[in-house]
Order: sequence, then C-alpha cells, then structure tokens
Amino acid sequence: MRITVASVLVDDQEKALRFYTEVLGFKEKVNVPVGDDRWITVVSPEDPDGVELALEPDAHPAAKTFKEALVADGIPYTAFAVGDVRAEHERLRGLGVRFTQEPAEMGPMISAVLDDTCGNLIQIQTFTG
Amino acid sequence: MDLVFKALADHTRRTILDELTDRDGQTLFEICARLATKHGLGSSRQAISQHLDVLEAAGLVETRREGRYKFHHINTAPLEPIVERWLKRAERD
Repeated sequence: MRITVASVLVDDQEKALRFYTEVLGFKEKVNVPVGDDRWITVVSPEDPDGVELALEPDAHPAAKTFKEALVADGIPYTAFAVGDVRAEHERLRGLGVRFTQEPAEMGPMISAVLDDTCGNLIQIQTFTG
Repeated sequence: MDLVFKALADHTRRTILDELTDRDGQTLFEICARLATKHGLGSSRQAISQHLDVLEAAGLVETRREGRYKFHHINTAPLEPIVERWLKRAERD
C-alpha cells in the first residue's frame, strides 16, 4: 500500500487551482467534472508521478468550522517540503502571499506557515538534520 | 501585581515570554512548536492555551486578531511597577 492522494479542503476549486499552480508552482494533473464539483489534483513538477494533492471542496457543513478553528490558532494541517524555506518565503512574499509564521528553526527543520487563500494554513519546511 | 508574580512563578510561562521576546506576535501553533522543539516542553496545546490565559490576565501578553488569525504579543508594562517599587527606589536612596 502506498499514499497516492492527499487532500486540502478548499473554498473555491478554481481559485485554489490558480493559487496552487501559479503561486506555489505545482502542476495540474487531473481535472475532471464530478457532479457539481470537479476532481482536481496537482503534483510537484519535481515528482510528477508522486503523491497527488486533491483540491477537495469544503462544502460539507463540518469542514468550515474545522478549518476556521485551525486557522485561528495558526495550525497548518498540511506541509510541503522545499529546498530552502527562507528563499521560498522571500519568493512567495514577493507574490503577495501572507505568512502567519516567518521562517523559524523548529528542532530538525526550518519551517514557515503560509495562508493558501482558500481557508488553510500550509507549512513549508526544510529539514536541516 | 499579584497576578504578575503568579504568572511569572511558572517555568513554562517564563519560557513563553522568552520566545515572544525572541519574536513578538506568534500564533498558538508557533508558541507550541517553539516550546516543544526548542525547550522539550511537551505540554498539550490546551495547556499552553491556559498558560497564555494566565499571562493575559496579568497583562503580560496581549492578543490581537488579524483577519482569521490570532497573534500573541508580549507587554512588559506590568513589570515596570516591580522595578519602580524596589530597584528604582534603591537607586534614589
């Protein structure tokens, strides 16, 4: 068994697709209609056959409450690895991305936390050993 | 002043103030992550939240809501009366 898909709950799939591809730099992999919504996944250009991230609609009534509670306390529910957190933080900030945690050493890694504009906080991290 | 001393009497709460001095304006998540990774303090998020409530009641921490996020800031003003009462008086005498 292996992990093929992980999900983020997004408030608007089209907006999410733009943010995750144009700002974060992922590549669209699947985009097909499923009822009123779409099944959209993105992958890392560094690993196009690797784990897919599904942009899952947050229309379920429990999802919004869950997301708001996490965001209020600054909790990133999803994390992505980057080569250099500080450089990526600079790049993304230049694109207008909002961070709730600036790059900081946290044990074996440097991490920062950004707002994905779709109702989630995302941690970016670089392991330093 | 009682509330200030009560707040400062706890090691974890003093460490929280240390970390807010290192960088002011942190989310609960960042404070918890710093305590766990830098200080080996494995308190639950709920316990840290309660520590922050004590610090806030003493006026040493102030919270600020910014959009959907909540940040914690250090306020050292409640420490001034302590300095005034003993240290500065000693200087005057």
